[in-house]
Amino acid sequence: MVTDIWQLLENVHDPEIPVLSVVDLGVIRGVVQTDDGVEVKITPTYSGCPAMNTIAQDIRQCLENAGFAPVKVNMVLSPAWTTDWLSERGKQKLLEYGIAPPVEPLASSKALFGAEPQVSCPQCQSTHTTMLSLFGSTACKALYRCEDCLEPFDYFKCLR
Amino acid sequence: MFDTKTYSSEVNQALCDYLLRLADSSLILGHRLSEWCGHGPILEQDIAMSNLALDLIGQARNWYQLAAQQAGLGQTEDDLAYLRDAPQYRNVLLVEQPNGDFGQTVMRQFLFDAYHYYLLQKLGQSADENIAAIAQKSLKEVTYHLKWSSEWVIRLGDGTEESQRRIQTALNNLWEFTGELSKPDQTDEILHAAGLVPDLRKIQADWQNRVLSVLTEATLQIPTRTWMQKGGKEGIHTEHLGYILAEMQFLQRAYPDCEW
Ligand SMILES: [Zn+2]
Repeated sequence: MVTDIWQLLENVHDPEIPVLSVVDLGVIRGVVQTDDGVEVKITPTYSGCPAMNTIAQDIRQCLENAGFAPVKVNMVLSPAWTTDWLSERGKQKLLEYGIAPPVEPLASSKALFGAEPQVSCPQCQSTHTTMLSLFGSTACKALYRCEDCLEPFDYFKCLR
Repeated sequence: MFDTKTYSSEVNQALCDYLLRLADSSLILGHRLSEWCGHGPILEQDIAMSNLALDLIGQARNWYQLAAQQAGLGQTEDDLAYLRDAPQYRNVLLVEQPNGDFGQTVMRQFLFDAYHYYLLQKLGQSADENIAAIAQKSLKEVTYHLKWSSEWVIRLGDGTEESQRRIQTALNNLWEFTGELSKPDQTDEILHAAGLVPDLRKIQADWQNRVLSVLTEATLQIPTRTWMQKGGKEGIHTEHLGYILAEMQFLQRAYPDCEW
């Protein structure tokens, strides 16, 4: 059953942010079950995301272990992934993990010098924070610092 | 990965050539940025440049895969990246220029990003849905690249005496490589007529507006020289590309078909 497969995919995690399942991350774009097996469509978060091969392999292994065979994992590019596809539960998990989840930019993200979003510190919830770098430990994150508790933290930046 | 469309042989040939231009420009610039890994002026910017490199190499892979499929010769993305020599590379000359100091890297990135951004914006509306899909995906990433490089151009230009001197020198050195970006040739004309790619002259106008406004804010002098280099899109490169390929392709050349 397709709903069982979705359930199983909750156990496949993003190797770089292991608190998120691939379902939370929004990279599963479709699950089709036919007499010939199972096809899972996935989409990359960023074009160069080095985790995609591992994710595809983990999905195959997870479903094969549950008795589904053969399992095909196909990559689709369109529509392009957006942080709007992160689940609400995923955002909550990020916060608990110490990563600030994406927030609405104050101006259109298409504007090159649009106002920066107001990012809250995941440790103390202060909104008195400063961006240190637009690019953090992975492509999907920016590096911030809290000016109240002085902790540096990752911000999962908005992509749309 | 792609369901490719069938075109007349003239269009298809131009298309394969054009896809290689996109792929090669992204790969070579990505490779150049990766040379900074572990050498950045500060840790945050070292990481930022590695992130830019990763995005560009990811985009190059998508373009190579589409180019290989569209050519229908049974090649893979790896064949295209590792088994072609400099005269077969179609990247613009700007991206193969040396990193120089951080100012030169930032300026090279900015001049390319401004072009890349508007080009991808228009390619996102291509009548070919594979081109549109890759372009729309890439544009989201390149929006961040352009923001990063614009901010650094302003910061260095409107910074200390030394930072301004260095980034002004970079601008003067790189300016002659910008003409090629938006000068259409036969490949561009054939594909534009087929509705697959935009009119480069329109991109030129957008590029110029963006570049002039950022350079002005950065208090930099816009070079008045009008003579421009060209040749990258036809495979005539500066001496730098050969050295890049020698390093990048070493393993495949020394140990053909090696995998790990
Ligand atoms: Zn705090």
